[in-house]
Amino acid sequence: MLETTDLNASVWATVQLARNLRRPRTLELVGLIADEFIELHGDRLFGDDPAMVAGLARIAGRRVVVVGQQKGAETDENIRRNFGMPHPEGYRKSMRLMELAERLQIPVVTFIDVPGAHPGPESEERGIAEAIARSIALMSRLRTPIVAVITGEGGSGGALAIAVGDVVIALEHSVYSVISPEGCASILWRTPDQAATAAVAMKMTAADQAALGVVDLVVAEPEGGAQNDHEAAAAALKEALVAQLEILAAKPLDELIEDRYRRYRSLGPFATIATVEVPPPERPGLADRLRNLIGGTRVPTGNPAPGRPPDEPPVGEED
Amino acid sequence: MPIKLPSFRARRDVYPADLWTKCPSCEEQLFNKQLDKALRVCPNCGHHFRLSAAARLELLLDEGSFEERDAGLQSVDPLGFVDQKAYPDRVAAAQLATGMRDAAVWGFGTVTGYPVAICVMDFGFMGGSMGAVVGEKVTRAAEAALDARVPLVVVAASGGARMQEGTLALMQLAKTVAATERLRLAGVPFISIMSDPTTGGVFASFAALGDVNLAEPNALIGFAGARVNAGTIGGELPDGFQRAEFLFRHGFVDRVVHRTELRSELAALLAFLEPSEVVAVVEPENGSLPSFRPLSFLTALADKVIPEGDNGTGHAGSAAGVPTGPGADPAEDADRA
Ligand SMILES: [Zn+2]
Repeated sequence: MLETTDLNASVWATVQLARNLRRPRTLELVGLIADEFIELHGDRLFGDDPAMVAGLARIAGRRVVVVGQQKGAETDENIRRNFGMPHPEGYRKSMRLMELAERLQIPVVTFIDVPGAHPGPESEERGIAEAIARSIALMSRLRTPIVAVITGEGGSGGALAIAVGDVVIALEHSVYSVISPEGCASILWRTPDQAATAAVAMKMTAADQAALGVVDLVVAEPEGGAQNDHEAAAAALKEALVAQLEILAAKPLDELIEDRYRRYRSLGPFATIATVEVPPPERPGLADRLRNLIGGTRVPTGNPAPGRPPDEPPVGEED
Repeated sequence: MPIKLPSFRARRDVYPADLWTKCPSCEEQLFNKQLDKALRVCPNCGHHFRLSAAARLELLLDEGSFEERDAGLQSVDPLGFVDQKAYPDRVAAAQLATGMRDAAVWGFGTVTGYPVAICVMDFGFMGGSMGAVVGEKVTRAAEAALDARVPLVVVAASGGARMQEGTLALMQLAKTVAATERLRLAGVPFISIMSDPTTGGVFASFAALGDVNLAEPNALIGFAGARVNAGTIGGELPDGFQRAEFLFRHGFVDRVVHRTELRSELAALLAFLEPSEVVAVVEPENGSLPSFRPLSFLTALADKVIPEGDNGTGHAGSAAGVPTGPGADPAEDADRA
């Protein structure tokens, strides 16, 4: 009992650190890591989203295209940045810059720090789901190296939309989850009060994500968290980033794209149970089909019939 | 290590199905036999009830043409997830209730003679939520469609990603979309059919990306839950928000199709959307990509034309076989993520 409480407390402390207002944000990290940064604006379709920043940067002499969600440190700035929750135009701006990167053969570095994509009527009207889906699609085949860095909150589809990469790095006290712990608790525990319990259940810390294979590399933060020493946090990240960019630059593009496909193709374990071949029913007539539909008789196809020899040896877990 | 095969029997086989269903839209009491005959569309007001995967396949495919693939894919519990119930228990309960192994079925079939790879989701199984198994089935359907160069049809019915599989469920968005994107670049058409509901991570992945997006009337289609949406504007949402017609108005759905027309519309589309014969012009819509070359794996496709064909094997399922029957409209909460 005490153990559970301790675990809840420690995971929840990590969630709080990931959300800490003093944590270095995308623009700050880029400022500390890059020799040069030119921000570019607008999606050329609707507007410019302050919750998503994008531009051209030089890191240790290397040209990169940078994309990332941007929260604000103060309340006013945070409101202007919509708490880092992009609308569709944010993802479309990001896609515009990624396509530029592909054409000019410049690697892409993304910084993920988002509670979730903006969930409001305007967002839905302009197709937030389509923007996320298309961004994922684009990144899955973009013919240039991509390094994704989860710096704070990796909140669901709004995070993954710019987190599909060849290498996914996470800062030590960042989190990554399929839904916010509050949202998960509201649905499965029927109360947001169980958010800490949900956070533990979802294994959302950087270390857990690395163990699951979702994250490739965890970068240690300064004592107590990145908010205590932005320079040190940025320096550690820069070192990891440059090393990864170097490795990826040496890879042939075809191999890079194939490996990226395989990376996501292999995530998510399942089992394969040998199924038994059941002879298909002889073309049932209309009456039979209706009877089936109504529930008079049932043909047990589509499911294994116990007690018959399987037609192939059972396989254990795949992944 | 052989795994003991569970025996699935839908609960509805044991207890008699209800004779009547009340239409949630017009409140008319409907005789279930009548409702089934009417493809589970209310004869009074046109309300589209949810369809089981089996009924959906029967609706869309030529009789007897469905050959299920990968019926044995079974969810595991990668996180050891326990909320008020352990995840494996939830899966087992859903299997018993629906007679399905998970929330999606895929295979090959024909629509008025046109061959397709088809994957159909079932909301009755844990809200149609997408974990690794559902993601794998969609992906295998897309990969098989690419191999065989036949169009892909996916019918979505899902509240989103399966929370109990955490970020591994989230990764299914990337897995499935990477596969449908390869299909798109290779000139093999993908028709996405959105039924009630298509939300969260399923809408924000393959379902939104069809070459043609169809939706059933009044189907709930959206990214975030209504409560969250209402919260951000601190008030009431407009009428018809996140319904199929709303998506149509905003340009994200090509056609809203009444269920009685769905099969013929699909056939008409398939008559037009033939996969390209040679993998030649592969150009992303953003235009000039001087350095862009067709992905190397595609060159190997030229000599593969049609799937191995039906040799009778792997025919572990047919449309009539998955016993999700009348009277059942399992209303598991949509797992929106
Ligand atoms: Zn009605």
